[in-house]
Amino acid sequence: MTGANHWKDTVKPIIYSEIKGNSSRFYTLATILAVFILVALACAYYMEHYGHYVTGMTNQVVWGTPHVFAIFLIVAASGALNVASIGSVFGKAIYKPLGRLSGLLAVALLTGGLVVLVLDLGRPDRLIVAMTHYNFKSIFAWNIFLYVGFMVIVAVYLWLQMERRLNHHAKTAGVVAFIWRLVLTTGTGSIFGFLVAREAYDAAIMAPLFVAMSFSFGLAVYILILLAACRGSGREVGDVVIRKLSRLLGVFAATVLYFTAVQHLANLYAAEHIGVERFILLDGGIYTFLFWAGQVVVGGIIPMILVFRPATTGLIRNAILASVLVIIGGFAQVYVIVIGGQAYPLELFPGMEVASSFNDGVISGYTPSLPEIGLGLGGVALACLIVLFGIKLLRFLPVSMANEVIDPHYKT
Amino acid sequence: MTDKPDFSPGRRSFLSAMAAAAGVSLAPGVMLYAISKSSSAGANATGTEVSSAVRWGMLIDLNRCDNGCDDCVSACAKENGLRGFGRPETDAQWIRKVEIRNPETGHSKSLPVMCQHCEDPPCVDVCPTGASFKRADGIVLVDKHTCIGCRYCMMACPYKARSFIHEVLEDQKPHAPRGKGTVESCTLCVHRIDADRQPACVEACSDTGGGAMLFGDLNDPQSEISQRVAKYASKQIRADLGLNPGIRYRNL
Repeated sequence: MTGANHWKDTVKPIIYSEIKGNSSRFYTLATILAVFILVALACAYYMEHYGHYVTGMTNQVVWGTPHVFAIFLIVAASGALNVASIGSVFGKAIYKPLGRLSGLLAVALLTGGLVVLVLDLGRPDRLIVAMTHYNFKSIFAWNIFLYVGFMVIVAVYLWLQMERRLNHHAKTAGVVAFIWRLVLTTGTGSIFGFLVAREAYDAAIMAPLFVAMSFSFGLAVYILILLAACRGSGREVGDVVIRKLSRLLGVFAATVLYFTAVQHLANLYAAEHIGVERFILLDGGIYTFLFWAGQVVVGGIIPMILVFRPATTGLIRNAILASVLVIIGGFAQVYVIVIGGQAYPLELFPGMEVASSFNDGVISGYTPSLPEIGLGLGGVALACLIVLFGIKLLRFLPVSMANEVIDPHYKT
Repeated sequence: MTDKPDFSPGRRSFLSAMAAAAGVSLAPGVMLYAISKSSSAGANATGTEVSSAVRWGMLIDLNRCDNGCDDCVSACAKENGLRGFGRPETDAQWIRKVEIRNPETGHSKSLPVMCQHCEDPPCVDVCPTGASFKRADGIVLVDKHTCIGCRYCMMACPYKARSFIHEVLEDQKPHAPRGKGTVESCTLCVHRIDADRQPACVEACSDTGGGAMLFGDLNDPQSEISQRVAKYASKQIRADLGLNPGIRYRNL
């Protein structure tokens, strides 16, 4: 007890405040994001009005670029919550001031991703059907519950963090939110992991791989949003926070590479999967390029070098660069998983050469169309707009994240 | 007693007849498929009971299936009103001819592939709304009124049997409701089966093709199909997946 009281005495309470949000920069940014959202709505209307033949999607590649954006955003959403979890679940005091923004970003990213997913449905007007008819054997149906539950749990978690009188319950909510987010990403990964017929999927490792991806993508997005919000509102972010977050990003990027390596090594060991592995790793054209150059080098190795090399200067610049690269690599990875996995033909007759009028046995082509890209970017813009107005309306951001504020034991 | 509403059988049946008539005149497709859907547990499109004692299936003899013949494909398209838009990547195909060749020996065959009407269909497992369903008699269908067009069933189907409708359709056949933004596949000509007729592909194959396709009840030991599968070796495509498709192939 004495120790706890002593700790309370020495740690100053963190002060949070809204951003002013009345500068021309604020309104310019809000307008740009709103334009992206309007363009996305127009793209969705165009796709739904004429049908999906105006997109790059076909009967072979049935999930296209909107799914790449949606999956990236949904995966990043659960990962963005990690910062809050580290603070309240694992008790790391330095992360506590960062928790509120973490919760807001998680909800914003999930909303952006889900909107893209819904607007890409063949019948988005039947959303009510999806909310009222459930097939409980479907991992997709489970995910609907997991997503909605995540929103509610994180909202409660945020409330308990922000209401000082209820702060002592925040840890319990944080534990529930942390477990829920692990289940949620397991569910997202299992959408692919449960596809027994597809050579590129059908593996239990898809679930932990997606969890690792979420840690990495979510933190990268968090770092960028934190720095942008603090710079935009003139708040100080000290080296301590940046160093911690970027080192953690390096660990997460390494974890993604580890699971990716295990995924492909396990497949390479089985002769039946050699074909699809050869396609992704060796002669798959754009997919091979995106895998090695995009995911492994740009999204994995370079960010790790940036954050782990001993450097005395350019800490923030390196953190920003590493985060941007992790995001680029993340999109490349999701693209390879989603599109590359479908481009590789289904094996109806193993060991045989096949041909038909329905592209049996053929590597399917896919080119992202402008409406698909427009819709996907709209989801990103929506997530950013939610954060922008969130931090204007409520106290999500600490007034300062200077070293001495964040770390009571900090010595210059 | 006289003040109580009259729920006599006569009045009740009149009311249900009125409701049915209103339903049919307002939304024939809705009624047709509502009945079809309810048949996953019960009735078919004509309202009679569908029994799980029946398992509809097909036996296709590859020795009788010619490389150049696609009578089954054109009969299916005609029967169900499938028309291409000159865009092979997005046009719907319910049945297709697949040429297979053994690269080691050079031996080749041609066979029709459609929805295999699995006993344990992955498309039904993954469908979030339950729009993909299996009727009690083993026919796998899509309820066009609850399909939201998520295409997860297309990701899950090992046979590439399903098509997504990529554009506005017109002049659909009343017995084969189809629409933009939903997924569809071979219905085994369920409307014909319910009227005690054979699927269109089987009929065409027997009339003008090689007579390679045999349709029947796999559960009835006296049916021709049951006797043939008992007597001759037959295979299912991707039998390793354990889905027990209702479509079997001889000489594959």
